[in-house]
Parts: sequence; C-alpha cells; structure tokens
Amino acid sequence: MTTPSDPASLDVLRQRLAAVASLDAAALAAEEIAVLGRKQGELTHQLKALATLALDEKRARGAALNALKLEFEAAVVARRAELAHAASAAEARDIDLTMPGRQLWVGTRHPVTVVIDEIVAIFREIGFAVALGPEIENEERNFGALNFPPDHPALDMHDTLYLDPRGAEWPVGERLLLRTHTSPVQVRVMRAGPPPYRVVIPGLAYRNDPFDASHAPAFAQIEGLAVDEGVTFVDLKATLTHFARRFFRPDVKVRFRPSFFPFTEPSAEMDVSCAICGGIGCAACKGTGWMEILGGGMVHENVLRNCDVDPERYTGFAFGMGPARMAMLRYGLPDIRLLYGGDMRFLSQFGAAGR
Amino acid sequence: MNVSRQWLEAFLRRRLDSTDVAWRLAMLGAPVDAIEPVGVDLSAFVVAVVLEVRQHPDADKLRVTLVDDGSGTISNVVCGAPNVKAGAKYPFARLGTVMPNGMKIERRTLRGEVSDGMLCSARELGLGEDHDGLLTLETDAAPGAPLTDVIDGGDERLIVDVTPNRADLLGHKGIARELAASLGVPYRLPDIAGEAALDLPTPARFGDEAPVGGIRLAIDDRDGCPRFLAGVIRGVRIGASPEWLQRRLAAVGVRAINNVVDATNYVMFELNQPMHAYDAATLRGSAIVVRAARGGERITTLDGIDRAIPPGTLVIADADRPIGVAGVMGGRATEVTNTTSDILLECAAFDPVRVRRARRALGLSTDASHRFERGTDRWGAVDAFRRCIRLIVTVAGGALDGPAVDCFPAPTHPPRIFLRPSRVAQVLGVDLSWSTIENQLVAIGATIVSKPDDGRIAVDVPGWRPDITSEIDLIEEVARLYGYDRLPTDLGAFRPGLREDDPAWGVMERIRLALAGHGLSEVVTLPMVAAAGAGAPKVLNPLSAEHRVLRDALLPSLVHQVEANWAMQTADVRLFEVGAVFNLAANDGVPTETLRAGFVVTGSRAPAHWTDGGTARAWDRWDALGLFRRLIDLAHPAATIQVEAGEWIARDAAGAMAGRCGSCLADAPPWASAVFGGEITVVFDGMPTPAFRPLPVYPAVTRDLALLVKVDQTSAVVTQLLTDRGARHGLESVSVIDEYRGKALAAGTRSIAVRLVFRSAERTLTDPEVEQAIARLRTSLERELDVTIRST
Repeated sequence: MTTPSDPASLDVLRQRLAAVASLDAAALAAEEIAVLGRKQGELTHQLKALATLALDEKRARGAALNALKLEFEAAVVARRAELAHAASAAEARDIDLTMPGRQLWVGTRHPVTVVIDEIVAIFREIGFAVALGPEIENEERNFGALNFPPDHPALDMHDTLYLDPRGAEWPVGERLLLRTHTSPVQVRVMRAGPPPYRVVIPGLAYRNDPFDASHAPAFAQIEGLAVDEGVTFVDLKATLTHFARRFFRPDVKVRFRPSFFPFTEPSAEMDVSCAICGGIGCAACKGTGWMEILGGGMVHENVLRNCDVDPERYTGFAFGMGPARMAMLRYGLPDIRLLYGGDMRFLSQFGAAGR
Repeated sequence: MNVSRQWLEAFLRRRLDSTDVAWRLAMLGAPVDAIEPVGVDLSAFVVAVVLEVRQHPDADKLRVTLVDDGSGTISNVVCGAPNVKAGAKYPFARLGTVMPNGMKIERRTLRGEVSDGMLCSARELGLGEDHDGLLTLETDAAPGAPLTDVIDGGDERLIVDVTPNRADLLGHKGIARELAASLGVPYRLPDIAGEAALDLPTPARFGDEAPVGGIRLAIDDRDGCPRFLAGVIRGVRIGASPEWLQRRLAAVGVRAINNVVDATNYVMFELNQPMHAYDAATLRGSAIVVRAARGGERITTLDGIDRAIPPGTLVIADADRPIGVAGVMGGRATEVTNTTSDILLECAAFDPVRVRRARRALGLSTDASHRFERGTDRWGAVDAFRRCIRLIVTVAGGALDGPAVDCFPAPTHPPRIFLRPSRVAQVLGVDLSWSTIENQLVAIGATIVSKPDDGRIAVDVPGWRPDITSEIDLIEEVARLYGYDRLPTDLGAFRPGLREDDPAWGVMERIRLALAGHGLSEVVTLPMVAAAGAGAPKVLNPLSAEHRVLRDALLPSLVHQVEANWAMQTADVRLFEVGAVFNLAANDGVPTETLRAGFVVTGSRAPAHWTDGGTARAWDRWDALGLFRRLIDLAHPAATIQVEAGEWIARDAAGAMAGRCGSCLADAPPWASAVFGGEITVVFDGMPTPAFRPLPVYPAVTRDLALLVKVDQTSAVVTQLLTDRGARHGLESVSVIDEYRGKALAAGTRSIAVRLVFRSAERTLTDPEVEQAIARLRTSLERELDVTIRST
C-alpha cells in the first residue's frame, strides 16, 4: 500500500483505470472492490488519508483523487454494460432472430371518421368548435327555418324520409323526418343564444336515395357556421380556401362558382383542382380538371330572422361538404357501399400510419 | 337543360367554343355536366383536292377524277356530281369510312372505272338537304386535314345544370344573355328563316274573359292563371317542319312531331315560355276556360294515358270537359293532327305551386311543368306569343282569325327593389364602386330607376327573374356577375365562438380511439334496417323493405357484418360502431334517438404465432366482458354490470337498462368460432374528473387463498364479503385468480382462488398482522357464507 503523499500512487491508480476496459466479469467485480470498496478500496483508503496532510497538499491531492474516483466508477459501469451486452449477444447467437414476432391486431377508425376528424381539426385551428344535433328532426327546422318555401322545386333536391306517426296527427311543420342535411343544427345553435357562432357540425344525414355505387340513404355530412358582426362573403372564400390548402395540399387551386341553396345567399360551390390529373381533365373530374367538394354561402337573411338573429347587425356564412365523397376521392374507392360494410379486408387497410 | 351551341351562336352572331362556354357558364352558376356531339360525327372525313376531272367513257352522268387526300397516294374516284372541278377542295371519304347513313366506302368498279373513295355532298355528310352537288370547301387547309378543322359540322349539346331558382336559364335566350354579359357582346333573337310577312298587332287586352276567333276564352281561376294569351290561326297546313327547325329541336333532344307543335316547342326552348296548340275544330261549345278541376273529371293526356284529375287541379277545359292539365300536358282529344286546319294557340302564365302539385299528383313531369314550376315570365309572354304566331304562320301557313287576345285580369309589374351599396359592402366584404354595381345589374337586364339617393338605388327587376325578390337577391347578382374569382382570399381577423365542443363529441372520439387501440375496427352501418324490435320507429316512405325501420340496437347490425365476413371466408372479425339507435318514447310514442357504442368479436384473440403452434386462442366471453367493462368506463362510467338471465346487463344509476353483453346468435359456418358482443348507451354529461390518490409509501403483502364454495354461490358474493370485512384490516384489493371444479372436491362444491393484497398507509405490515387479518376473514367467510379456506 502506498503512502498518502506518494505521487506514484496516483499513477498506479491511473494505470489500473486504463486496465478496467479489458477486465472480464469476475476480474471487474474484484477490481471494483479493490479500488472503490468502502472498507478496503485503495481509493477509499487514500481519500481517508488526506486528513493527515497539510491544507495546501490536501486540496490539490483531494481534487485529483476525487476526479479519479469518478472516472473509475464510470469506467466500471461502462465495462459492466459492455460485458452484459456481449453476453446477451452471445446468447442471441443461439436464437433464430428472423423468426416472426408476436403480432397484435391493429384496430382502425373508419375512413370517413378519419376524414371528419381531420376536417374538424383544421377548423378548430381557426376558432371553430364542434356542435352536434339529433338525426330525427321536424320539418320546420329541416326546411322551414332554412328558407325552403313549401311546394318549391328546391325540395326536389331533398328526397325526404319521413317517420311513421303511427296514427298520431303531426301538424305540418312538426312532422318528424330523418334530417336531410346537418343544417338544422345551425338552427338549433342559433336559437340557443346570441352570436357570435363559430361551429362545425359533423353528423349523418338521410335521403330517400337508392343504395348504389354512388348513393347511400344515410351519409356523413359536415357543416360549418360562422355568424358575427362584420362576417362577409370574402371571409367565407378565405376560410374555405384556407381549408382546401390545409386539407388537400398547400398549392391546390380552388375555384368558387355561384350556386343556389335556399338557406344561403349569395351561394357558392367550391371546386379544387383535380388531384388525379392535376387539372388537365380526366375521368374522375369528368374532363373539367376540377372536383366539386363543397357548397356554402352567406346565411340567408330569412334564416337569421327565423332564428331571431338581426340580419342588419349580424352577417355570417355557412358551408357543407360530404366526408364520404372526400374519403372516396382520397382513397380511390370505387363504390360508396364499401363504406357501409364491415368487411375486415377493407377496414384493416386504414390502420397504417398516415392519413 | 339541353342547350345547342349553334342556337347560342345564332343569338350571339359569333362562333363559340363549347369548352369556353362551359367554363363561362360554370363561373356564372350554371355548370355544364357534359358536352355531347349532335348529329353526324365528321371525324373520319378529310379535306381532299381534285387534281384532274375527265368524263367517264361509258356513262354520261359520271366523271372520273384524280384525288389527292394527303395520304401520298393519288386515288381514282368516280363522281356523279355536276359541280366537281379540278383544283377545288371537297370533303372526302377514304376507303373504309362509314357514312352517316351506315354505308361503308369500299373499292367499287363503275362501268369499268375503279373508284377508291367518295367525294361528298352536304347531304351525304348529314349536314343538310342540299344535294345539288359536292360541298365545296373554301379553305387553305392542306389535303388530308381533318374535315372538322374546316367546317362546323355537327352541333354540340351542352347539358347545363340549372339550379331551381334560375327559370330564365331554361331558354336559350337566358343562356345567351349570361354569355353576352360574360363576353361583353350584344345578343338578340335569331332571325326566322324565310319569315312570313305578317301584320301582327299587339294582342288586345282583356280582363278575365275575351272572344277570340269565335271562341269564348275565360279565366275562372285567377290565382291559378294570372294571364292567358290566345289566338286562332285558320288554314294551317300540318306537315313536317323545315330542316333547320327539326335540327334545332334534335339538338336539344326533342323529337320533331309536326310543324305547329315543333314551333311551340321551339319557342319554349328559346324563350322559356311553354305554349300549347289545340285543334280548334275539336273544342266543344266553342269555349276555352281555365278553372279548377271538379270531382270525378278525367282526361286522356297526349301520352295516351287516361288519368283521373284530382279536384282543384288547374285545368284548361272547353264547354264540356278538361282538355289539358294546365302547365303540365295537353289532352289527346284536342291535339293537333295531320288533318287539323284551324288551331287555337295558348300562351299562359300559371301559378308555380299549382303546377307543381298537379305534376306530383299525376306523376307526370314534362318540359312545360318543369318550366312553370320554376316560374315563367308573365310580362314577356306577349313577345313569346307573337314570335310563336310568326313562326307557325311561316312554317305552316294560315292566318289569324281576328286579333289575338290577352286576358290579364290583374295587371302587375315586375318588382322594384331598393339596393343599398353599403349593404353590398357589408355582405360581400369588398367596396365596389357604384358604376361596377350598376354594370352587373344592367347585365342581367335590370333597369336602374334612380341613382344613389339617401344611400339606396331603385332597381326594376326583369320579368324573367322571378327569383329576385329582395335586396339580397340583387347583391348575389352583383357578386355573381362581378365574378367570385375576383374576390380576395386573405383570411381576416375573427372572434372565436364562445361555445365549447358538444360534450358528446369528445366521448365519441375517446371511444373510437380506445377501441381501435384494442384492435377493433370501426364500422358504419345503415341506421335503417329490415327488422327491429316492436319499439323501433318505422319509416313512412321507405325506398325498400330492406330499409323500412330504424334500428333500436347496434348488435344485430354488427352481427350481420360478422356473417358477411364469414361469407368472404374471413374468420377473425373485430368490429365496433358508435351511432344513434331509435325508439318510440314510452310515454307519448314519439320517436327518439340515443347514442350507442357497441362491439362484436369472433375468431382469434390475437394473430396466430409459431410459439403456439400456429393456433391462437379464440375470443371468449371473458374477453368480451373485459371489453364491455372498458367500454362502460369510456361511455357510461356510472353504469353497473349485473348478471341477469344468463347475460350481462348494464344498468344506469337509476336502474334503467343501459346495455348488454354476451354471446351472440349468428348464422355461422361450421368453421367459425363463437361471437361475442356488447353495446352500451353513451352518456356525455357528468364525466368524472379523476381524483388524485396519494401514492402508497409502504410495501404491500400478498396472500393467495383457495376457497371452497358451493356451486350456487357466486364469486361476486365472496369477493364482496372479503372487500367489506377486510377494509379495516388493510385489505387493499381482492381478485379472483383461479377456479377449479373436479372430482377432488365434494359434490356440489367448487374452489375459487383469490389473491388478497394488504397494505397500510402508516407502516409496513408485519406477517403476524396479516395472518391475524386472514384469520378474521376466514371466520367471516365461514360464519356468513359457509365458505371454507382450503389452503393458503
């Protein structure tokens, strides 16, 4: 054993430190006790011996010894990890690691749900909240409040499924139906309190359509409503353009065309440049280069009045789109009925990463 | 609306490109769904130049020509046309070309001269009746150029998607007006070829009754018929219409019938004013009356079908009987036939709602009803009527018998609307100058009556726009004509709404993510089904028996999807759905809906693995119960699961049934494994906020006990007792870890193993303390339940 003041003792310890990296497991354990052990360890011993030294010497040598101790501890830990790794690698050499692992079933959300969530997320970024409403509605909220005149050809666009009153008399306007669009939720939102409103409304809507490759009698819709002082048609165009850029791609081209809906005026439809042909024209876009994806407009004055909102003070816009159609476009689905079945071969295709 | 490109060209006096027209109309709100070629397809024909002409040696009327069709080979072509000249260019059909009449051009030999192709006349190309000779092409095009580069062959039909508000776009004039505005050019009515010189004074105005050509005209139902113009034309010669008229009608997809009927159809497609011609000789009692149908009246309509007319339906009648359903279809008894010589021409305005009701009641939709439902221009009817008379006299001859009459009992004017430029800016978000606003309004045919004055302008709306009734309608027109595409797209400032998300949304999202995370796939099934429980609401007007009632539960539809998977040889199915179910309310029978979440599983619990020899354990009822418990935690935390009649029933805090779980009956193939499922009503109010419990500081002590239980005693009773009695001894949890039934046990008993975890919040428990606790629990079990501990 060296004396505490012997400078050579530090060099010896340094040599032993360097040797740690090549020790085997048993030697490493022995060396750890021999150097760092709490009772007989060489370093421990030397640190204790510091007490006998003069202050100056104590300070200098103490610092050196402490640094060495940390290094030694680190070297032991590192060597131990190295040895453990080598041992497990050796063990693994005896196992065929190309054998398949134990798999998990991968669950999936419905492709239309995925699209709806994405749409909701985009509108949430610009201040919209989610509103919901019932699928059974009355004529007044589904049509009357939304400025559908009775006996108007606009009703032809909404082949309505009525519910059987089972002998009861439902007055006109109170007749119950399966909502033909999510727009009656606009009426519910507006009648629940004063503006501002800024909501998106996902949900199922129903039409008396045959169930075929491109129609379903029940289908997802998502609707938006923004009403406040100073909301304009330009805001509608800007909002929907922003949406298209976020949902499709930042360089998507959009086209706004005049259209007609009883509950909006001015009314518009928005097309985006066809993702399949890039706008040249193809079968998917009927050769036009454009895909119609949503309709909207300024909330009709009569709708605001019907919901006790003063149209001279408040203006607003509303829009609606079909997430099923957007899912069909995105995933290239040939038949809408795929979206209403539980075929695992279909559904399991939507579990991978991505969107 | 079918639109002919050539008809529009006649309005605008210029050539149009259909693709450009389609773009312009789309940007004005009338998208074109399709562009279809009409008539002949000239794409197979080329331009050819005749190099040399000589007389056929053996036939006086034939000439032999040398033709250069650009193919590199000069062809010998025999031609019968007198006007063929060397150096001139003509349409040429090469060998193999199929002519519009179906004849295929092949090599022929005519009296010893070979002919390799055909030089064509306009008639041979299907372009007209002119058969005097070859169609000479005045063109610089080189031989071999497609003929379609040189001549405007067939017409094109644009299928325009007209929204229900735009009645004016159901006539070519309306479409031409929009195009003229878009192109910045004038438009006017096309000339009628060979128009007869006719002195045609303005029809004389009457109230609700007038004499016309010896016939008494009366409007008995003013609400249904605000205006009725009529004239009697005698001495018409019924026959085929001239070729140009037939071609116009063919281009819009209307069959030519005879010159009089064709003329009325032409004016309808031009000016959106349906008309009807009656054979005046067939009118009984020399009268024509517009009235509501009486009970029991019938009519055989032009399509030959005998129909009962619902009372109140607006009809045109003679003295005895209805002769037409107003605005829908005329009657067969008074139709114009080949022997007709005198006609009564009707041009009327009808109430759109009455026409719509009649159309729906009779299930009879016609070009006329489509237009009347959307609203015709009752003020423009005079012009349309006069044009139709001119056209009939031109194409069928005859002369008006006395002046035409105009019954307009309550004359009105198109509305005058006040427009505030400030409101335009408030709605649109752009400041348009007054002149810009005025230009757009003038373009749609409105008249600006006054300049801005106290902030508003008086605007007279044109009669052909019944959809424009208020200021906002004018603002839409300003934006539409100005161009939506010219408006900016910069997102401005906004106030976020103050409304929170509907609470149901977050719950639905959590359920979806959780169940997908557990390996289930979300499905959406149709809420209308073929059969459901007695309390399920019925659809009044279902499209098919498959969809006649609303589902009152999710599980039947989910099981149905399992069966569909089995049919596809898929054995492993894991599905869930979140959606509404429907019921009739218990108190008043009114249909109501409830949000539900349900799942169904069958097949392997996990994909098979080689460590298990390739067979995976199948889902069992205990898996289903675990999923159900998880679903309840997500969807209905207050619900409790109880065993009732062999299945698990969830009951809400009030004790009402909120869901169920168990094995499901299914139409299973022999190789399928059992199906399990569950569904629960989703609640979204009062979702608990998790309460923090301090983490344990002292270690736990675990003891397993095997308990001897009678077969009719449930584990729930045993574990409940242990939980209750163990609480004061530091029993933290009780879980069942095994069950044994077998011969080693006394008859009527089974063994349940439970794991008890003891822990104190204040100190580390000692073994003697735990042993003492177990001894106490043993006493309770024996005394209260007659359950003994087999081993520890």
